[in-house]
Amino acid sequence: MTHITVTVDGITYTDHVEPRLLLVHYLRDVVGKTGTPIGCDTSNCGACTVLMDGVSVKSCSVLAVQADKSDITTIEGLANGELHPVQRAFHEEHALQCGYCTPGMIMAATDLLRDNPHPTDEEIREGLEGNLCRCTGYENIVRAVRRAAEAGVSL
Amino acid sequence: MTATVESSAELGRARLRKEDARLITGQTNWTDNITLPGMLYMAFLRSPFAHARIARVDVSGARSQPGVIAAFSGADFAGEQGSLPCAWPVTEDIVIPAHPPMAVDEVRYVGEAVAVVVARDRYAAADALASIDIDYEPLPPVLDIRTALDEGAPKVHEAGNKSYEWVFASGDVDAAFSDAPVVVERTYRQQRLIPCAMEPRAVVAQWIDDQVTLWSATQIPHVLRFALSAFFAIPEQNVRVIAPDVGGGFGSKLQVTAEEVLAVLVGRRVGKPVKWTESRSEGNMTVHHGRDQWQYIKIAADRDGRIRGLSVDLLADMGAYLMLVTPGVPLLGAFMYPAIYKMDAYSLKCTGIFTTKMPTDAYRGAGRPEATFAIERIMDELAAELGIEPMELRERNWIKHEEFPFTTIAGLTYDSGNYEAATAKAMELFGYDGLRREQQERNDRGDPVRLGIGISTFTEMCGLAPSRVLGSLSYGAGGWESASIRMLPTGKVEVVTGSSAHGQGHETAWSQIVADQLGVPFEDIRVLHGDTLVSPKGMDTYGSRSLAVGGMALVGACDKVVAKAKVIAAAMLEASPDDLEFSAGQFSVRGDPEASKTIQEVALATFAAHALPDGVEPSLDSDATYDPDNFSFPHGTHLCATEVDTETGFVKIRSYVAVDDVGVVVNPLIVEGQVHGGIAQGIAQALYEEGVYDDEGNLLTTTLADYLVPSASDLPSYVTSRNETQASNRLGVKGVGEAGTIASTPAVVNAIVDALRPLGINDITMPCTPERVWRAIQSANGSTTNTSAANTSGGAA
Repeated sequence: MTHITVTVDGITYTDHVEPRLLLVHYLRDVVGKTGTPIGCDTSNCGACTVLMDGVSVKSCSVLAVQADKSDITTIEGLANGELHPVQRAFHEEHALQCGYCTPGMIMAATDLLRDNPHPTDEEIREGLEGNLCRCTGYENIVRAVRRAAEAGVSL
Repeated sequence: MTATVESSAELGRARLRKEDARLITGQTNWTDNITLPGMLYMAFLRSPFAHARIARVDVSGARSQPGVIAAFSGADFAGEQGSLPCAWPVTEDIVIPAHPPMAVDEVRYVGEAVAVVVARDRYAAADALASIDIDYEPLPPVLDIRTALDEGAPKVHEAGNKSYEWVFASGDVDAAFSDAPVVVERTYRQQRLIPCAMEPRAVVAQWIDDQVTLWSATQIPHVLRFALSAFFAIPEQNVRVIAPDVGGGFGSKLQVTAEEVLAVLVGRRVGKPVKWTESRSEGNMTVHHGRDQWQYIKIAADRDGRIRGLSVDLLADMGAYLMLVTPGVPLLGAFMYPAIYKMDAYSLKCTGIFTTKMPTDAYRGAGRPEATFAIERIMDELAAELGIEPMELRERNWIKHEEFPFTTIAGLTYDSGNYEAATAKAMELFGYDGLRREQQERNDRGDPVRLGIGISTFTEMCGLAPSRVLGSLSYGAGGWESASIRMLPTGKVEVVTGSSAHGQGHETAWSQIVADQLGVPFEDIRVLHGDTLVSPKGMDTYGSRSLAVGGMALVGACDKVVAKAKVIAAAMLEASPDDLEFSAGQFSVRGDPEASKTIQEVALATFAAHALPDGVEPSLDSDATYDPDNFSFPHGTHLCATEVDTETGFVKIRSYVAVDDVGVVVNPLIVEGQVHGGIAQGIAQALYEEGVYDDEGNLLTTTLADYLVPSASDLPSYVTSRNETQASNRLGVKGVGEAGTIASTPAVVNAIVDALRPLGINDITMPCTPERVWRAIQSANGSTTNTSAANTSGGAA
């Protein structure tokens, strides 16, 4: 077992974890951040995307021990009193149906807009290609990211 | 009808969804989020062989591993695990093999469960699987339905490889074909698909005394509760099934699964709550697959293009066992091959065949995408053969709008539609004539990137219901749907629906319907579903049935609430109920609009019950169950333009236009979203996805790296619009869940073939990967033979 200290959505946790424990299992099973779901086991789907020190990572392909001393933001910590502009845009553009991919998609879109505040539709599609959605056909996700960009997202 | 123009403020309004608040903030209650005190985790050991006899299983090694509480083989449950149910015995002599949730003597597909470990955490459970000893005696796999019925072929089951043969004929098919001036015959392959709902399956079972609660990522909590009682001897009153938030289904969670049954049985055995969550690779192997058919189709026509007859010989891969509706899926398509076209005769023969692969079952569209693909593809082939423009050929044969209601050669009565209007709108949005001109110019100048135009003028039968019709097709259940309205004392409303949503937006759309019917604010309504304790009656969500059936049940329940409230309002107003009218939530005395009571005032008065008329019960709450007398028939015209690079085989969708007629629209935002997602799933079949087994029956596409669910960068933007003809139910609604998926696959493949037809190509087998397109171009060499045979082998990935 290894000792780690991780800040998750503004609260600092210290835990003993198995070295093989995935960050996503740490978040879900140890910290209780079940807002971050798991959609695959090969890091293809992106459902488990969180921000690690401000940059999006697929938390299924990070070990909890690698997150030691880092600052994690999950979907549960994104809203700051009111909805984050990306969350609001997903709601307003009907960019989710079942909602399972949504936490990862929103976190990835947030990182995309940090990198590129004014992406073209093409750049949005390429920027989100690591996140799979089975419900929306992506049309409204692209619209939502565009809307959030127009609203001026800043982190 | 209680609704008036004034009170119809919600119908057709693009309400943002109530569901979203929890979904965009991570407060969602997925089954895998559930943790109970003392809960244990299950992990399954699965067969590595497609077909083998189980000579010996020894789970004792696993029992001594750290954290392990118990381990069981199939034999440990032989007395109680029974057989997973098949609810659709389509013929009297159908072969339905025993299907134990955990294999006992023999395994018949890779991934079939053979043992289970129960441990204190999921890692320990997974680790201990390696300590189970099993001796298998491999048997030959059966993988190709085209040869599975050959004499001497290895047998999947003792009774052989044929499950059933189902035939249908209408009109004189021999006469239609015998002296037909033109007959076109084709073979189409419906590849095996893996549904890939984003939420993997998960179950939690908890026993308290003799009562069990099963949480499951399922589309069908009600059917599952019934099945656990009817087939696994747990008294129905002791079973509660909860489908919490469910992350997509697409038919894949319309199932009674081995893991659900075993969670209940193992939980009872170990006396603790148990949980199982599949990994994606486990799910790709063991969530039922879709499609997997060979279609031999021929069409007879006159020289002017008039269709005389259609004949279909269908081979359908059942996989290793018949699951909940496995054998019925092709039959849902059997009535749809004639589609929107008039003809003199039609016949279909469907043979259900066993293989040593994961069973197939419902996947978005279930039978209808297959049928629509075949008819829309062969319409293009017939057009080419006759030298008639493909849209013109369709127009010459389709049912005219003034001919509705129209009974097709397959015996279905289409209640409404307007193919001319939807097509005209789609062609205009698409710029059809301009694209045809560009196509010609590019062909003329020998552009290596060819332009193709694909048409799909589809219809479907959905709103899966009429219990009598389902009964006549030997389906094991009815098709009604249930709703309850509870008027709370403060005037708020609880709506209970038996239609269990998993992404469709029922909480929003149902609120809109009830808001209109009762004249109460949208915000004052709460929709409850997905828990058999809260919503005890229902037939659940599949087959685009929720709105056309469940929505109508809501209307029926609202009618009863209004009727009860009217009697009480009349007493409050000292008027006769006959003199009251109800509009926008108000009962008012005809001719005296000042004398009125709101439905909320009536609700409070009913709760107090101080002054109710004699014999009137103090409740407005009402239940209704709705069973329609017909299916509904959404239709539409989808047009796809592809650019096909003849040097690389790469296909790019340049534009996609969909004009759908789904009847009256409750919420255009939700409808558009359903169309988008449906189109994407159909494009995925056309271009990307295939579940591939190797020659030994190993699934090669177990991950999302191998099974290519498309990403945003793989898909185009869609132009969607609607035409509206009203269905013959009071809401006028038809359903939209499957339309896009049914329509889009043939639109895309027709566009690819249209681009390449000048090169002598008349088919590309799906998925139309760059390699397959390129090989077809290489092997065509200007010949005009059926090119499908040249590109049917090889994997997808």
